[in-house]
Amino acid sequence: MIPLSWYVLLSAALFTIGVVGVLTRRNVFIILMSIELMLNAANINLVAFSHYLQNLTGQIFVIFVITVAAAEAAVALALIILLARNRGTVYVDEFNIMKG
Amino acid sequence: MINQIVFLYFAAVIVLSAVLTITRRNPVHSVLFMLLLFFHIAGVFVLLNAEFLAAVQLIVYAGAILILYLFVVMLLNVDRESKSDRANRFWPWIVAFGLVIFAEIGLLVARGSFPLEGGQIMNKTGIKELGIDLYTKYLVPFEIASVILLVGLVGAVMLAKKKND
Amino acid sequence: MLTSVQEILKQLVPIYPEFVLIAFALSVLVVDMFLNGRYTHLLGWYSLIGIVIAASMTIILGGVQGAFFSGTVLLDPFSQFFKLVFYLACGLGILIAMKYLDIEDIHRGEYYALMLFATAGMMLMASAGDLITIYLGLELMALSIYVLAGFMRKDSRSNEAGIKYLLLGAFSSGIMLYGMSLLYGLAGTTNLDGILAFLRTADLKNPVLFLSMVMLMVSFGFKVAAVPFHMWVPDVYEGAPTSVTAFMSAGPKVAGFAVLLRVFTHTLDPLHADISLLLSGLAVLTMAVGNVMALSQTNIKRMLAYSSIAHAGYALVGVAAGGQEGAASVMLYVLIYAVMNMGAFGVVIMLRKAGMRGEEISDFAGLGKTNKTAAFLMLIFLFSLTGIPPMAGFVGKFYIFKSAVQAGMIWLAIVGVLFSAISAYFYLRVIMLMYMYDPKEEFGLVQSPALALALAISVTAVIVIGVYPTPVLEFARASVAGLL
Repeated sequence: MIPLSWYVLLSAALFTIGVVGVLTRRNVFIILMSIELMLNAANINLVAFSHYLQNLTGQIFVIFVITVAAAEAAVALALIILLARNRGTVYVDEFNIMKG
Repeated sequence: MINQIVFLYFAAVIVLSAVLTITRRNPVHSVLFMLLLFFHIAGVFVLLNAEFLAAVQLIVYAGAILILYLFVVMLLNVDRESKSDRANRFWPWIVAFGLVIFAEIGLLVARGSFPLEGGQIMNKTGIKELGIDLYTKYLVPFEIASVILLVGLVGAVMLAKKKND
Repeated sequence: MLTSVQEILKQLVPIYPEFVLIAFALSVLVVDMFLNGRYTHLLGWYSLIGIVIAASMTIILGGVQGAFFSGTVLLDPFSQFFKLVFYLACGLGILIAMKYLDIEDIHRGEYYALMLFATAGMMLMASAGDLITIYLGLELMALSIYVLAGFMRKDSRSNEAGIKYLLLGAFSSGIMLYGMSLLYGLAGTTNLDGILAFLRTADLKNPVLFLSMVMLMVSFGFKVAAVPFHMWVPDVYEGAPTSVTAFMSAGPKVAGFAVLLRVFTHTLDPLHADISLLLSGLAVLTMAVGNVMALSQTNIKRMLAYSSIAHAGYALVGVAAGGQEGAASVMLYVLIYAVMNMGAFGVVIMLRKAGMRGEEISDFAGLGKTNKTAAFLMLIFLFSLTGIPPMAGFVGKFYIFKSAVQAGMIWLAIVGVLFSAISAYFYLRVIMLMYMYDPKEEFGLVQSPALALALAISVTAVIVIGVYPTPVLEFARASVAGLL
């Protein structure tokens, strides 16, 4: 029997790693992957709660989260391709035609 | 008991590969660690009796999204330009901030309570119930999700295709 | 179990307006393929027809109220009010875009389709009765706008705006999802009424509840561009195509406030004391940074970006005040804000011609001498943004600060008034440039019937609401009554 709080702590760790990745890294790919880590942290929470609550809503939420993540990844990568074509960099702080 | 050991193994690999994902210089390595991570998250889903989601996790996340990342990383050849700094100059502060957040979430979760903790646990898989719910109770969200995928498709094709206009 | 088509159509009645917009968007995509880049402005008019049909459906459906589709979609006067604001924002956005797209040499029907998709997403956010619907509506809106922001494929500033907006949006969605997952774990349901029912009996001191509330607040802070979550907003507003910036500053922000109001003043109402404290702090910070940073801008789009941050701060004052009066004042305010801001952007777009960007504030020098009408319109919009009577902006601010005073937060109202006095400086500076200086060079303005129509609509709204706000205010009050 695994206590619910184990799952929540695991997802908290994953969420924090994701947040730190987004805020520290300069490579736009890694920032996007860090965002995926955050989404996965929420997914672990949702599935764990769904299991302990005996309620399928959490699992359904996860299906939608994965769907949206796929669409978002497609648009993000298209924008990155454009940017690399026009500007030649994938480092966010070099996007500085405009001041941050 | 065996469940707990399996969970601890999954959790350890998940945390380790997440840390490796965000610290690698080469995005290709990051993607590969991410793949490892997704496999183990799928394992956690199986522990939680969510086999369908475990399969979706592997097929969609590992099979589609990650491959897309890998494809673009290789297309742009960014794995070679790994000379410059990988993190911005604030990273030690942000890592400290992250540890504080984690400690805070951990503490709050430890002190707080979830009403149904220790309740009876669902042992059936529920794919059928999942499907019925998805097409009846959550019909509107399901349709919105299809429109979202369409927007993703239109947007990606429109932005990335090479055409002079 | 075979259901007839009529029966299915009958069940879909509550989401007919969204249905119409999405159908129009799909047909725009198909027709555009055959037009092959010609006559794209016709697609703009065609989309406007879709908006008018959807708007009349929303008005007809005004009598239908309640929860539909197992509580995932709510129809109430509250959502109806916001939907009408979205139609207005989208319609104005399309009108001011038509000529601009020609000048920028963008001949793509996808633009209008994405505007309609984004509007459908906002409408779903406003009438969401479930965390899942909120999330999906928000993503539909956000995803369309990421693409719109990066729409000028050859312009790397636009690409950059798109990717920055996407990173920011996805990051805040991640935080929001984590907050929602905790809330689901506590309440055992994602239904907003279910969560409210849970909170009425729950232990409100539970730290997890507090954590999830803070996370939701952070993520909506990102969505409405509140400080300290505003980092890239000026970059995005500056880089995106101006017509998209205009739409972005109105639509998504108003949609963010719709969800903010529903979640924080309705669903999480038992936590009102904590929410009010946090939100008033956020409001003060937002007003301070928005107004002070706007002082030193030289680019008009960046200045309007900071000004839109400041306006989010004023609206947050109303959310912090809470209660019926607070919510109604926020609704009135976002309507006025959307109209006057899009009007101001409409004038900015007039300055954009081939060979001239027209984005520097100094480009406005002498406009009052070369083109009296445009300068006068800009004067009205800027007066309204400052909050000078008899423009609508004054009415909006007046009711916001009044609701703060009524809620016993006199200090917050005073801070708000002080900052709006500061804001007078940078708005009036543009007016001074227009009227006191001589034009640098001869320039003619871009004119088109669509743009004229958009400006006429917004200037009429700004003046009429400013002079006689009672009907709109009563409508907002009545809409809020069902919410609380």
